[in-house]
Amino acid sequence: MNAPPIYGLMAEFDAPEDILAAAESARRKGYREMDAYTPFPMEELTDALGIRHTTLSLFVLCCGIAGGLIGFFMQYFTSVIDYPVNIGGKPLNSWPQFIPITFEMTILFAAIGAVVGMIFRNGLPRPVHPVFNVDRFELATRDKFFLCIEASDPLFDRDATEAFLKSLEPSHVTVVEN
Amino acid sequence: MADPTTGLRRPLIGGDKSYADVTREVCAPLERKSPAAWWMTISAALAMLVVGVVAVTYQLRTGIGTWGLNNTVGWAFDITNFVFWIGIGHAGTLISAILFLFNQKWRTSVNRSAEAMTLFAVVCAGIFPVIHMGRPWLAHWVIPYPNARGPLWVNFRSPLVWDMFAISTYFIVSLVFWYVGLIPDLATIRDRAVSKVKKAVTNFFSFGWDGSNRTWHRYETIYLLLAGLATPLVVSVHTIVSWDFATSLIPGWHTTIFPPYFVAGAVFSGFAMVLTLMLVVRKVLHFEDYITLHHVDAMSKVIIATGGIVALAYATEFFVALYSGNEYERFTFVNRALGPYAWAYWIMVGCNIGIPQLLWSKKVRSNVAAVFVISLLINVGMWFERFVIITISLSRDYLPASWATYSPTTIEIATLVGSFGLFFTLFLLFSRFLPMIAIGEVKGVLKYGRPDGKEPRE
Repeated sequence: MNAPPIYGLMAEFDAPEDILAAAESARRKGYREMDAYTPFPMEELTDALGIRHTTLSLFVLCCGIAGGLIGFFMQYFTSVIDYPVNIGGKPLNSWPQFIPITFEMTILFAAIGAVVGMIFRNGLPRPVHPVFNVDRFELATRDKFFLCIEASDPLFDRDATEAFLKSLEPSHVTVVEN
Repeated sequence: MADPTTGLRRPLIGGDKSYADVTREVCAPLERKSPAAWWMTISAALAMLVVGVVAVTYQLRTGIGTWGLNNTVGWAFDITNFVFWIGIGHAGTLISAILFLFNQKWRTSVNRSAEAMTLFAVVCAGIFPVIHMGRPWLAHWVIPYPNARGPLWVNFRSPLVWDMFAISTYFIVSLVFWYVGLIPDLATIRDRAVSKVKKAVTNFFSFGWDGSNRTWHRYETIYLLLAGLATPLVVSVHTIVSWDFATSLIPGWHTTIFPPYFVAGAVFSGFAMVLTLMLVVRKVLHFEDYITLHHVDAMSKVIIATGGIVALAYATEFFVALYSGNEYERFTFVNRALGPYAWAYWIMVGCNIGIPQLLWSKKVRSNVAAVFVISLLINVGMWFERFVIITISLSRDYLPASWATYSPTTIEIATLVGSFGLFFTLFLLFSRFLPMIAIGEVKGVLKYGRPDGKEPRE
């Protein structure tokens, strides 16, 4: 790389179909280290960019199972081991009556796991990021669609990539300073 | 549903808007000076809240002897309010989670406010059991934690403990669901903010959201998962609330029909409250293009459906009581309809079974004022449903010698007024400081039914 260290090059598009087409061309061209920034989620883009599907669901499942086990054994431990009291002649391990709390704990752990997992896997909170250096990037949460090819991509060459992005007919192409 | 000439479905959002229009219009109420009407309504809400705070302070200092309860009727106004508010909350989760799973795109315009309504309703609901304890400074005793009192643990076989777990889980899950939905919109506000302080604050609360596709992808995944988790949760919450009654032996409470009956009733009352709020919001904040007459229509239909389930439950309950051959059961139900509290029973029947039938008419469903009045009456009816179930059943139990009547004191009524004050105060603050419509989600469905757009996904 002969260019000074930059984060990447960013092209701005006006419509969702345009960025979808652009992402597909960039991927055909061989670019891998890229990301799109859009005002609303576009599922098709995830495939166009070749982003691997997340394994968060598995993590949430594990959290849910952990929550259920913790919930049940909390009740088992307190009612059978630590503080056994005969209540209405019921067995100490009256498990059918432990189900509601076991269920609630399953949901609670899974939900918290889902949110915490999403935040950390996404690298949030991240108040500072190179893409925010682009002046017009504020529009990414309004009505513009941005495609950023990152300098870390092996095919990245400042001039060639810039020419390629311009060939996609974006409204702007900007250098993303690091 | 599709238009025969163009093959397009009816657009979800009225007016021919661009993405930028959505951002501008939804953010507008947050960026202009608060109108006089807002100041007036929040003053009224705060006044109601003050009434409630005074009443609660007085009853905490004096004891719950300030209520109209007696040996026979140990649960009445307070628990009625609790069940009422919890029920209100259920529509928010239904809209945000169940309609999401069913791919009902119209939910995008109302889910944010409905979820906020859920949160605030659960806050209001949570107050009542706590003050009912009489010594709320010991409220933490219902939470199982290692302690120096024994160790003394809560009785996990008690529905009241289940309730504590259900309500707190419900509150936490509703809160995170709502907040996750807000993150991208907070970023939108950040990017529109002029002042440095506002930018920094919204950047903090939006976690530095940048709308990257990797981020959106994980976001969408967990949003679906949260919807899947919230759906059984919301059913479980009112089920457990109904067990507070159903596991006891009081005639009129001890029935297996309670869980589905309570859940349907909760959704019914919750949708009525959503309509009450949304009809005001669309008018005051000029959201007629977002919360369209089709939304009102769809929600009215949900009310007819759930109202039908509630009516069926009333009838089944009555039939089973008569058919059971159990004279206590039979007496309880005859007493509901003809006894000293018959007026409450007939308010309930009139508002919950009679009034909603008007919504079968398309003309009524498209008349905003009529729907508004109907929704208010359903709220009243559903409050009385809980009153009927709780108070009437208790006031006439097995032994005529222990029968008693109950009437609420000023303090109890003031507490109810205060809870409405709290609810409206929170809702008005929300309408002033956060976007009431999910901007990102609405943009996703904006092109729906328009010639230039494909069917978008959520």
